Amino acid sequence: MSDIPANADFVRLQLSASLPPPGKGARQGRWNLFSGWLNTALTLLCLYLIWLLVWPAVKFIFIDAVWTGASREACLAETAGRAVGACWPFIAAKFSQFIYGFYPEGGRWRVDLTFLLSAALLLPLLIPRLPYKGANALVFFGIFPIAAFFLLVGGGFGLPYVETRSWGGLLITLVVAVTGIVVSLPLGILLALARRSAMPAVQAAAVIFIEFWRGVPLIAVLFFATYMLPLFLPPTWSIDALLRVLVGVALFASAYMAEVVRGGLQAIPRGQYEAASALGLGYAATMGLVILPQALRLVIPGIVNIFIGLFKDTTLVLTVAIFDLLGQLRAAFADPNWASPATLFTGFAFAGLIYFVFCFGMSRYSLFVERRLCTEHSRDVE
Amino acid sequence: MEDGNAKRASGVALYRNPRARGIFFQGIFVLAALWVGYELIANARSNLAAQQIASGFGFLEQTAGFDVSQSLIPYQASDSYHRLFLVGLFNTLLVSALGILFATILGFAIGIARLSSNWLVARLAGAYVELVRNLPLLFQLLFWYLAVLGTLPAARESISIFGEIFLNNRGIVVPRPIFGEGAGYVVAALAAGLLAAFSVKLWARRRQMATGRPFPVLWVALALVLGLPLAAMIATGFPIEFETPRLAGFNFAGGLRIIPEFAALLIGLVIYTAAFIAETVRGGILAVSRGQTEAAYSLGLRRGLMLRLVVIPQALRVIIPPLTSHYLNLTKNSSLAVAIGYPDLFAVFAGTALNQTGQAVEILALTMATYLLISLITSGLMNFYNARMRLVER
Amino acid sequence: MSNASETAVEMTGVHKWYGAFHALKDINLKVARGERIVICGPSGSGKSTLIRCINRLEEHQRGRIIVDGVEVTDDLRNIDKVRRDVGMVFQQFNLFPHLTVLENCTLAPIWVRRIRKKDAEEIAMRYLERVRIPEQAGKYPGQLSGGQQQRVAIARALCMSPKIMLFDEPTSALDPEMVKEVLDTMVALARDGMTMIVVSHEMGFAREVANRVVFMDEGQIIEMNEPEAFFSSPQHERTKLFLSQIL
Repeated sequence: MSDIPANADFVRLQLSASLPPPGKGARQGRWNLFSGWLNTALTLLCLYLIWLLVWPAVKFIFIDAVWTGASREACLAETAGRAVGACWPFIAAKFSQFIYGFYPEGGRWRVDLTFLLSAALLLPLLIPRLPYKGANALVFFGIFPIAAFFLLVGGGFGLPYVETRSWGGLLITLVVAVTGIVVSLPLGILLALARRSAMPAVQAAAVIFIEFWRGVPLIAVLFFATYMLPLFLPPTWSIDALLRVLVGVALFASAYMAEVVRGGLQAIPRGQYEAASALGLGYAATMGLVILPQALRLVIPGIVNIFIGLFKDTTLVLTVAIFDLLGQLRAAFADPNWASPATLFTGFAFAGLIYFVFCFGMSRYSLFVERRLCTEHSRDVE
Repeated sequence: MEDGNAKRASGVALYRNPRARGIFFQGIFVLAALWVGYELIANARSNLAAQQIASGFGFLEQTAGFDVSQSLIPYQASDSYHRLFLVGLFNTLLVSALGILFATILGFAIGIARLSSNWLVARLAGAYVELVRNLPLLFQLLFWYLAVLGTLPAARESISIFGEIFLNNRGIVVPRPIFGEGAGYVVAALAAGLLAAFSVKLWARRRQMATGRPFPVLWVALALVLGLPLAAMIATGFPIEFETPRLAGFNFAGGLRIIPEFAALLIGLVIYTAAFIAETVRGGILAVSRGQTEAAYSLGLRRGLMLRLVVIPQALRVIIPPLTSHYLNLTKNSSLAVAIGYPDLFAVFAGTALNQTGQAVEILALTMATYLLISLITSGLMNFYNARMRLVER
Repeated sequence: MSNASETAVEMTGVHKWYGAFHALKDINLKVARGERIVICGPSGSGKSTLIRCINRLEEHQRGRIIVDGVEVTDDLRNIDKVRRDVGMVFQQFNLFPHLTVLENCTLAPIWVRRIRKKDAEEIAMRYLERVRIPEQAGKYPGQLSGGQQQRVAIARALCMSPKIMLFDEPTSALDPEMVKEVLDTMVALARDGMTMIVVSHEMGFAREVANRVVFMDEGQIIEMNEPEAFFSSPQHERTKLFLSQIL
């Protein structure tokens, strides 16, 4: 308590130092677990849910799990003499199928090499600080697909031909997802530009194309690609089953990409177009050098969302008899050698972990980029 | 100098005139599109003829020849494909409607829970959203169908809840409501209760504007909606009974059986879509700036009024457009029924019927047209609602 | 002891922390009824925090704040009473964009003071005339200029018949040509005898209307004085430094 009068004319003689906050006051109630009867009831409900769902899951996956064995016997309660949880030997036995499908054993190094190459080219592209993004993008989007094609399919350069029917598992998942991404981005940009074109015929065609692919379920697109595409082509052209699916997925994804890119284009103020015109830049130069770099950076979160969706949608190929990771999983469940009560849950836990790591990783990356761009922009404004 | 300019201005070559170039380019584009279209159709024609597959929609009158495990309208194997189409369509609409209803309720609850000041509630809701959004929908559907519902015990050892609901590997058996004499009055009383509650709300608002006195609308409305039907029930001697399923031999007699395919599809769709709706709701509420809450508080409004009059109207404007697209996605995702054997439109028509008749073009065209129509109608409604609700600005 | 009914706001020994940051240090301030106070200081000095503690938009951890005889505490009833009698005008206006100007002004009287809608609208039109934009009553905030929006915000606060008005940098977000119209409104309000606590950089306003100017820096009140004395002969070096930067 000071004795300085509260309303007289006043001049402070000595400046006060900062004091630490009072003990309880600042931190109390941060968690609000038991403040009030509603919060208490909710906390108890949550604890009950955790006891009901989370704890049994942890017990199943780690504590009660069986770690070694050769067949279903190892995973039965009688053999182990205790309550059993996850049947990890099942995963170990089927592991190569989950990753490669039925790709010939001798050629698996080609798949591994493709994975490594894609990681080596993609990671520098994702890290904002590294330079040479243009060249990097060119190699990844242009050269790498061709190289990957020759590596995986073979038929030349001394590599034996491997038909796509034997591909499966994570290989298929990544091939479909990456192809979808690689094709849908440039195609989506073209479609978005076409939709904003001043030429009515081009704009109408783009609108019809985009709204059509966005209005039908992906399953219908896959069925259409698998069963109907051969009908529209001369009988001498026979198209690989996987290729049909890739075409369908690429067209589907490019329609969604077009809408996302269009949102970015709309956010660029007119002043940018006007400044480019005033400098004498033509359409291609304006788009390529001024508008698109800004627009694409703005919608990176939207683009990554499409990638995540695409990655999850690869599971749909099992409805047209192509065995991606989920398809291989389902086939593995049918193996009588490993049928046991725990097999199903173990398989889902394993596959779920893989999907979750990929998707969650991508969404964290998107947040990371968003935050970085926010700080960059606010620095510009200063 | 001037002469040269004049010459250049009057006789601009056509290939430099932007409008002429535009028309020329569009002409080429249209011609190319028409040529490609013609080629495709010609190929299709010849291919279909070579494989001796019929054309046209006459197949719709043919007999379908197979049974369907769930149907809202009466259907037998001897019915036509036309009727089969309707069966599938109604099943799709049923799953979609129920899915939208439950997903909205769950999604709003989770979205609000994520904003709770209770640390545990907020974190748990967040974990739910992150887990569900990052796993493929088909993965989740197969999980519910194969791992959860598929491992339920046989009918004789069903898991029972309160002795009324039974879970087994043939589905979920619940009590079936039987409407006796006088049940109509109870239903009418319920309708009357809802109508009365709505009228009370309107009357109370008008009275408050006129006199300033508030009215406890919520309690009165609840009393009406619950009390009137209850009174009717007592007056007519409880005409609505629930037939509890009872184990008879290997199976259950009586009651209503929900097939596991339907249950798995509904549960999977609801849990998946609710996670996305939760994020939309959370974003909508956060989008209302803090200044609005502070202004409302500084005017003396308490938390309840502040939420009702200031925050929620503004939050809803932000929430509704993406919410509609979640609904559309749910409807389109219901087509995944084909992977777990639920007879929705896609599974019975583009699945089985296509296999049997081979008329891929007509069947897929019809199926895609149906989904497209549903999408366009919903988008149209959303655009209309959006335009009406937009905040008025300069 | 001074007569309680003559003191509008009394702050004794008020401290506030944001986490570990000591935002308000030992604030002692007494505002009499009808007095006009202008608080100035560099950004981050705690000026906004101080007035936001008065209507409990921020919580103080130590000390007492008494508004018109009611102590500001966690008690919801006290907070309600204080907020009814204290009006606030924000830097960002914070008008409700989904309601018309008239509805913005009648919302609180109808739902908090339980006044009839017709009477509330009459009161609102009267105040809208006082701030000189009655013709905008049917428009939405998004259709008005910044200066018009801020005047509506002032009218909205006045419709609750407050005894004290708080202003948090009311003209800082306005284009220069609109500052005058808002300041004129505030001057008219002052001449009508309203108790006002204004956080502002507008020194011309302070000279014209203020009874006292308070200078704050680093969370504490450095100097307080009548405007003439404050501007012509500041005592503390911090005050001198600040005035040299803005005048």
